[in-house]
Amino acid sequence: MVEQINVLWNALPLGLQIVFQILAIVIPLTLAVAYLTLVERKVIGYIQARIGPNRVGPRGWLQPIADGIKLLMKEIIIPSGANRALFIIGPILAIAPALVAWAVVPFNETMVLANIDAGLLYILAVTSMGVYGVIIAGWASNSKYAFLGAMRSAAQIVSYEIAMGFALVSVLIAAGSLNLVQIVQAQQGSFLHWFWLPLLPLFLIYFISGVAETNRAPFDVAEGESEIVAGFHVEYSGMTFAVFFLAEYANMILVAALAALMFLGGWLSPFQGIPAVEGWFAWVPGIVWLFLKITVLLFLFLWFRATFPRYRYDQIMRLGWKVFIPITIVWLLLVGIAVLYKLPWWFD
Amino acid sequence: MKAIRNYIKSLFLWELLKGLKLTGRYMFGKKITVQFPEERTPQSNRFRGLHALRRYPNGEERCIACKLCEAVCPAACITIESEQREDGTRRTTRYDIDLFKCIYCGFCEESCPVDAIVETRIMDFHFEKRGDNIINKEQLLAMGDKYEKQIAADRAQDAPYR
Repeated sequence: MVEQINVLWNALPLGLQIVFQILAIVIPLTLAVAYLTLVERKVIGYIQARIGPNRVGPRGWLQPIADGIKLLMKEIIIPSGANRALFIIGPILAIAPALVAWAVVPFNETMVLANIDAGLLYILAVTSMGVYGVIIAGWASNSKYAFLGAMRSAAQIVSYEIAMGFALVSVLIAAGSLNLVQIVQAQQGSFLHWFWLPLLPLFLIYFISGVAETNRAPFDVAEGESEIVAGFHVEYSGMTFAVFFLAEYANMILVAALAALMFLGGWLSPFQGIPAVEGWFAWVPGIVWLFLKITVLLFLFLWFRATFPRYRYDQIMRLGWKVFIPITIVWLLLVGIAVLYKLPWWFD
Repeated sequence: MKAIRNYIKSLFLWELLKGLKLTGRYMFGKKITVQFPEERTPQSNRFRGLHALRRYPNGEERCIACKLCEAVCPAACITIESEQREDGTRRTTRYDIDLFKCIYCGFCEESCPVDAIVETRIMDFHFEKRGDNIINKEQLLAMGDKYEKQIAADRAQDAPYR
């Protein structure tokens, strides 16, 4: 049976094979995004001593499907003053990078769509594109709130990109490679060998910058419901709004996945290197560990949103420029020195 | 010294972690949601909801069309028309309440000399057509017949304080 499938698979033209691989990533990702919205509402509900949605389907499990159908059926309103072409391109530009970046994300040693050597560079380049969707949407809407939201998020994303970039550069120095598979393999040993420990401040900075990059609470001034209605997507309705929503959640999953790969050992088992326990969990496939790590990080996103009030705009800028960037630069130097002198345990 | 301590505290996200700890504890705490159509919160016997017109135990309607309720109603949502019945008593021929105008203040009930118009405990009702919001005498009397037991019990419980 397995051989037959293999023969069939190899008989397919390369183009079709790639299309199927893309579908195998994008469809589960879309489902994950849909259910992340439900999990978010549930988790935030629980934290606020409520029980969250529980009416559609058993325990509310069909809620995302109902939401999706509702948004699909709704009318897409294009404001009369808007630039029609850009208004439609905005959401597409927002979601495209969030999906495209998954091309280089490895699920284990071999399961990766494009195992390119410049993986990290590719990720940096592609995720930076996301801001264009927001800016174009805000500008094309021809509305003051949308424009303000777009300006805020542009400034915010650009400033946190720098701290994020520096954090990634030190991962690159520590691993000695831009290839994501090799970055994970460089963390082999035990969970103390993972890069979160030697790069601890950078791990935190990367994750916090990730929260800021995805415009999530407490850095969600781009939407700031209480100040600028909904920011860059005030004028959007129906499916175009849903695409922005999808993009935000897909970006969250992407940031969590990248943090898991670069700082938490990707698909490596957390019990690696512990004599007895390692054997017990040897049967668990690596992809399960990766998904568990992503889940934990995503939970942190939701936990943050339920806990922290929104930062004031100048506080966001202060944190990005005056705290994160100096720390990353100092730690970059320290990591460079540690690698140069082959600090035992991690870099030997 | 204090400045340095504060600086270190904020650098290590101390307060933020404390906040996370608090919300994390609430996540496993008791949930206070009342699942409305199945569960209900307790109601006072003085609750002022949907209106009803009562009858005497012998089946005679209480309302004598004195129009005090119409006069006292601050939202002017009550419309009454009356005429003489064959036995010589005055009765309403029309008793309409516009539930969109009504502010559920309970003045009509307070002003009624014969305890005819009352406000019941019913608070979840809806209309499906325009015009359904104006309820007439038949509907009000039907409400009274249907919930008379509850209405009488609520009034009896409140009697010592009046």
